[in-house]
Amino acid sequence: MSRPGRARPIRVVLAKPGLDGHDQGAKVVARALLAAGMEVIYTGLRQTPDAVARVALEEDADVIALSSMAGSHLAFCRRLQPLLAQAGLTDKLWIIGGNLPRQDHDALRALGFRGVFPTGSRLDDITRYIEENAG
Amino acid sequence: MNDRLPPDVTPVRNESGIPIEPVYTEEHVAASGGLALLGRPGEYPFTRGIHPLMFRKQPWTMRQYTGFGNAADTNARFKYLIANGQTGLNVAFDLPTQCGLDSDDPLAEGEVGRVGMAIDTLRDFEIAFAGIDLDRITVSLTVNGSAAVLIAMYLALAERRGFDVAKLRGTAQNDILKEYIGRGTWIFPVDASVRLVGDTIEYCARHAPKYSPVSVCGYHIRESGATPTQEMAYAFAIACAYADEVQGRGLPIDEFAGRLSFNFNIFGSLFEQVAKFRAGRGLWAKIVRERYGATRPASMWMRMIAGGGGGGLTYEQPELNIVRGAYYALISALSGAQTMALCCYDEAYTIPSEYAQRISLRTMQLLIEEMGLCDTVDPLGGAYYVETLTNQMRAEMERIIADVDARGGIVALVASGAIQSQVSAQAYQRQLDLEAGRLRKVGVNCYRSDDGEPAVEFHPYDEAGARAQVAALAEARRTRDGAAVTRALDDVRRAAAAGVNAMPAIVAAVKAYASVGEITSALVAVVGRYREPVRFEG
Repeated sequence: MSRPGRARPIRVVLAKPGLDGHDQGAKVVARALLAAGMEVIYTGLRQTPDAVARVALEEDADVIALSSMAGSHLAFCRRLQPLLAQAGLTDKLWIIGGNLPRQDHDALRALGFRGVFPTGSRLDDITRYIEENAG
Repeated sequence: MNDRLPPDVTPVRNESGIPIEPVYTEEHVAASGGLALLGRPGEYPFTRGIHPLMFRKQPWTMRQYTGFGNAADTNARFKYLIANGQTGLNVAFDLPTQCGLDSDDPLAEGEVGRVGMAIDTLRDFEIAFAGIDLDRITVSLTVNGSAAVLIAMYLALAERRGFDVAKLRGTAQNDILKEYIGRGTWIFPVDASVRLVGDTIEYCARHAPKYSPVSVCGYHIRESGATPTQEMAYAFAIACAYADEVQGRGLPIDEFAGRLSFNFNIFGSLFEQVAKFRAGRGLWAKIVRERYGATRPASMWMRMIAGGGGGGLTYEQPELNIVRGAYYALISALSGAQTMALCCYDEAYTIPSEYAQRISLRTMQLLIEEMGLCDTVDPLGGAYYVETLTNQMRAEMERIIADVDARGGIVALVASGAIQSQVSAQAYQRQLDLEAGRLRKVGVNCYRSDDGEPAVEFHPYDEAGARAQVAALAEARRTRDGAAVTRALDDVRRAAAAGVNAMPAIVAAVKAYASVGEITSALVAVVGRYREPVRFEG
């Protein structure tokens, strides 16, 4: 399903950052985005900041989405943010979901991750947010 | 049979797809196969329990999952739990250790000591288990991709501490096939990983015959989206893959099957879980006897750890997880678990606090001391519902295993990503059902509460501790015999390249203080790394 005025479906690079192996949530979100008509490039596990930035650039992503369950989200995003900026991807939509304590949400937003979806978020909320905010 | 229900009674199926009757009688038991496979506790096919007296003789081992920071931090928590009556240890390692990376690896940045204890060399193990009697407290190592190295470290530690390795008890998770389905701490390609699991089983059978080198996990497959019958059927298929590997080397089944154990999930309907475990015990005994020709009863025992069920716990109203944990412990006790570990109520947020761990421990102690759960074996045995469901669940598990075999076997289905795709499709459907309210979850889609943020104490990440771990590794490298390490790592590479059992070389390397990352790299140089297949079909 493409939106009015949009020449192609929204392209989402969905990455599992760091060493965290809990991918059930990322795969469930990937299926929801596919069902909503988006293109999803799922990176699989163990992505470095460099790899996420490279894949996002190569795949011409509209959305860069991370799924983090093991607590290293801030450390990872602090390293990823300058790489995405260097790659000229600051105009893309950056979002993150997973086990994200509330006290970290402002820091994630300040780093440029505009959409923050902690455990308990609904799939249709994630999908709608992307449809309304992707470039 | 649901079609005979009155129109105002809603049909119910359990998660495994079996229709549930409003009332069960002896006719349902007979129609499902009767009591032919029931037997007495401690007798084949062990449906009612693997021992004649079960908890009447000895309650389950209590073994909460614990580990964070460095070895000294974790050693202090171990001692706290033992002082509070815990009878075993269940060790959590950080992700670099689990993925075979040293603490100074660039990929380990921000992860050292975060979700478990950081281990680089045998020196760390010496600190982690200092002052703990390894004869009295059995230790379970929750590690998979790098399990061969960590098992070697544990055996080397025990030997240096003067324990008789031939009598040493303990468990390693070391179930790599489920890591490809869920949990994700794989390192090597599938076939090489199965061979390495075979190396650990064969080595332990010969040198540490009381040690359980593998705990096959349905648990994480269930967390990834499997139904309860799939959970158990896939776990048995995986256990068979390891048994095939070891039997293929000429080791008789009765020399290793008795040391295979299992780890299962508990969340979901109480009676479905109890029936799952009773059915599973009977089915595993049958598989080991009929498919592998075992003759020793102990080879046929489905020994298990149960009690965890992270997928059933909620981020919302986390205090309800204390109540859920109590029910999970009750289910585990009614199911005849050998070992129990409960998820803590704060686990959806953080590494459990001492307080949360003590609540979990006391929950199990309550069942033992106050609730009469140890008084008699298999107290639900003979109930029409439970016996019918046990028969139906067993038949469904057998059907799933036959289907796996017909599709090329579990190793091929995992390597192609077929199982991963299937369970993730089910997890997606489950999430849709939750969001639509078809699947009820208290605090999530019904009985929500707007009390604001719960009082959960967050476990802080110790960045200074991580730097200290890196410094300790540098010191270990500086003070060890570098030439001996180089020789030992060459031996690991040679063993892997020659296709002989790599464990003797890994044990020697560990004793020379070679690190987890160095030994893993030596193996990767020969067998390569896993590449993850990603599929999203139904």
